[in-house]
Amino acid sequence: MNAIKFLYAAYIVTWLIHVLYIGTIVHRFSRLRREMKEFKRK
Amino acid sequence: MKRAFPILAIVTAVLLAYALYQALVVAPTDAQQGDVYRIIYYHVPSAWTAFLLFFINFIASVRYLADGKPSTRQAAKWIAVAVGVAGAVAAFVIPLPGGIRPSAIATTVLAIPVFYFLLGKYFPGEKLDVLAVTTAEVGVVFCTIVLVTGPIWARPVWGIWWAPGDIRLTSTLVLWLIYVSYLILRRFSDSAQTQKLAAALAVFGALDVPLVYFSIWFFRTQHPQPVIGGGGSMDPKMLDVLMISWTAFLFFAFLVCWSRYRLEILRREVEQAHAMQSLSGADSSVSISSPAVSTRGSQ
Repeated sequence: MNAIKFLYAAYIVTWLIHVLYIGTIVHRFSRLRREMKEFKRK
Repeated sequence: MKRAFPILAIVTAVLLAYALYQALVVAPTDAQQGDVYRIIYYHVPSAWTAFLLFFINFIASVRYLADGKPSTRQAAKWIAVAVGVAGAVAAFVIPLPGGIRPSAIATTVLAIPVFYFLLGKYFPGEKLDVLAVTTAEVGVVFCTIVLVTGPIWARPVWGIWWAPGDIRLTSTLVLWLIYVSYLILRRFSDSAQTQKLAAALAVFGALDVPLVYFSIWFFRTQHPQPVIGGGGSMDPKMLDVLMISWTAFLFFAFLVCWSRYRLEILRREVEQAHAMQSLSGADSSVSISSPAVSTRGSQ
């Protein structure tokens, strides 16, 4: 059935959005930790 | 506390996997829509989670604004109690449109004073603002999923991606836009009043949430009736799977909010360190001629 493609698309897009968002959190965390380490080194 | 996060992450992963299995394998197929209806198990829990996060953002923002002055703090406490009690009583007294359960309205309204006092207790001072930005950002993510999965579901069922002018769809889009503008304001404004302005915007944004939810009762819309809270006639097995899915989403949202909350705390620490560094730099440059400034900066 062709409609099943929409079901998979919805589930895939949902997790893609979550993964992308978690990725931005991880990226921001690592950048801020790096900055904090530099401060402490000074 | 450090151990709690990985344990919660494992529990959430198991719950999400279980919810996915329930949604794709266990839940019965819909007689009219076939398997495509299973989008409901991601679409609806995402919407409920977004509403809950925007509700927390609203309470945190109101409390943050109210706590600014001792007089408004006292008044806001009593207003919160009055709104909760009056709203709960009104839900049973005032006749509601068919399908809306008074108990559902009363529970929601009573949550206002409950959350107001809980958030004030566990997130005092600036932590309220940290919580507000956290819930707004994660709420926008869940609201984005609602806006993306909705059209994907609508296309095979309604034959169109979007119903222009439909109040449920439009008000959800407006809700998303309000909170995106909230985040943009926080990201790009350097004013000392940014936090208060954002909190005020969040209060107006939250007013759109009841409009989104109740729009299907008060306006003619293509969107179907709600599955719980009245008017719905969902198969009990489907409802069970929906609740499992929402529980998994709530765990996941809590985990993401926790991470985002810690990120915001760290961001403010780094910002403070930057400010202290620039202040000490400025102090040392003027300390020769002005020892008083130097003393203040070293505190």
